[in-house]
Amino acid sequence: MMSHIDNSKSGSIVLDLIKVIQDNKEYLSEIDGAIGDGDHGINMNKGFTIAGENLANTGAPLATSFKLLGNVLINEIGGSMGPLYGTLFRKMAVAIREHDSIEAKDFLKMLQNALSGIQQLSDAKVGDKTLMDTLVPAVQAFDTALGNEKTFTECLDSMSEAAEKGMRSTEDLVAKIGRASRLGERSRGVQDAGATSCCLLLQTLAKSTKERLSD
Amino acid sequence: MQRIINHPDLVVEDMLEGFVKAHPDLIAKTDHAKVLKYKDCPVPEKVGVVTGGGSGHKPAFIGYLGKNMLDAVAAGEIFSSPSAQAFFDAFKAADSGKGVACLYGNYAGDNMNVKIAVMDAEDEGIEVKTVVANDDVASAPIHEKEKRRGVAGEILMWKVGGAKAALGGDLDEVVDAAQKAIDHTRSVGIGLSPCTIPSAGKPNFEIKEGTMEVGIGHHGEAGIKVEPLKSANEMAAMCLDIILPDLPFKKGDEVVALVSGLGATPVMELYIFYNKVDEILREKGISVFQPYVGNYFTSLEMKGVTLTLMKLDDELKELISLNANSVGLKQF
Repeated sequence: MMSHIDNSKSGSIVLDLIKVIQDNKEYLSEIDGAIGDGDHGINMNKGFTIAGENLANTGAPLATSFKLLGNVLINEIGGSMGPLYGTLFRKMAVAIREHDSIEAKDFLKMLQNALSGIQQLSDAKVGDKTLMDTLVPAVQAFDTALGNEKTFTECLDSMSEAAEKGMRSTEDLVAKIGRASRLGERSRGVQDAGATSCCLLLQTLAKSTKERLSD
Repeated sequence: MQRIINHPDLVVEDMLEGFVKAHPDLIAKTDHAKVLKYKDCPVPEKVGVVTGGGSGHKPAFIGYLGKNMLDAVAAGEIFSSPSAQAFFDAFKAADSGKGVACLYGNYAGDNMNVKIAVMDAEDEGIEVKTVVANDDVASAPIHEKEKRRGVAGEILMWKVGGAKAALGGDLDEVVDAAQKAIDHTRSVGIGLSPCTIPSAGKPNFEIKEGTMEVGIGHHGEAGIKVEPLKSANEMAAMCLDIILPDLPFKKGDEVVALVSGLGATPVMELYIFYNKVDEILREKGISVFQPYVGNYFTSLEMKGVTLTLMKLDDELKELISLNANSVGLKQF
């Protein structure tokens, strides 16, 4: 049974995350423009691309790669997304840095550590029309699947499905936090940009992890 | 978009370079490209006074670096919080060993980046205390005051905090004075036309010709109501009707009155607006101890005006009166 990924061989998962942001730069800015500044894709692309330049051809392990990405986002990007995603990836790195082999239970701890890091920084909750609408149910779904003794692959699939569903739920929400919240009712009807980038990242994380699973 | 720029993604960098070159008597660079400081900072034995925020608000924030004002400023991208690293580097630049007061505005990104930077500073042995400005009355009702944004009232908070530090106040005294300043301050804005972030290329909100948005935020955040465009006198009355009951300001109070354009309003019109503000305040028995009228805190090329009032006591009067030398505020 495919039970784990090797920390040392899986740094390229982060390169996949970088690519998905680069590929969706314009889409993310476009949906952000409807109720925000329209710079979500630009800022995300800037940070992820700098990290990509630093990581290219280093063959760094997964934990090191997450840490580097997190540090670049916190140090270079600013805004709200720099500290939020920076903290997410830094906390993922911390959770797995002692593990040579990452099993489903370790992966869950990694997700939970990332979530609690973000919760220390922001009061956003599910329903506020933020990336938490994607992240919280995705982590919950992985947790539930693992509790039901599903395989690592099935846990990742559950996470991806929940992330997608969470992202789509933001369309009908009124923003409660962040800049879009100033629009009140006018923010309804548009999918949240942070929830969208979070879904892209989680689904890519799931897909890339599945590709690297071994016995 | 008709603008005087080079690459739209590099407007902040280009602007900072030009700013340093234009004001060598006041401004110096630091090791961080997005952090500028008062040239004599760190001032020995003085509490460092720092702020930071998104760019596009000239002369805020870097325009208030100077003598008896701010020591270091972290600049973000247009309308976007500076990074945690930039705030941290600003703390380092400003710290003389007496600690740093970080006086900034209430926005989600700034809150998070400051939080991370303060933790990093603690690890390095720099003591930082914060005051979060929330003077914008229109951004949330009084019972949710903690949700209100910081706007032009931040300038008065910096003026008071900077003066307290210059007079030898310790970190707690500087922070207490700045907190008092913002607690005594209320602002509201009216927007007449939108603005365009150069890298976005088009306005991200709309104000229809012939209308005005009352309570608009510094980044185009939606206001309380959209109304047909009114006269300057009616606008002044409307702004005071929003601000005065909120503190409340009362007969016999002495205030600072700050009228700022939002970037594209002719300064002439700010005086037309102020004329009525002063008249109404007089009628209500409120006297203006210190008026400021001009482009103090703008939003790129937005058209509109903001009104800020600060209720004074003896301490605030002394601190507001202290001389100051910065690009945006000179007082001798």
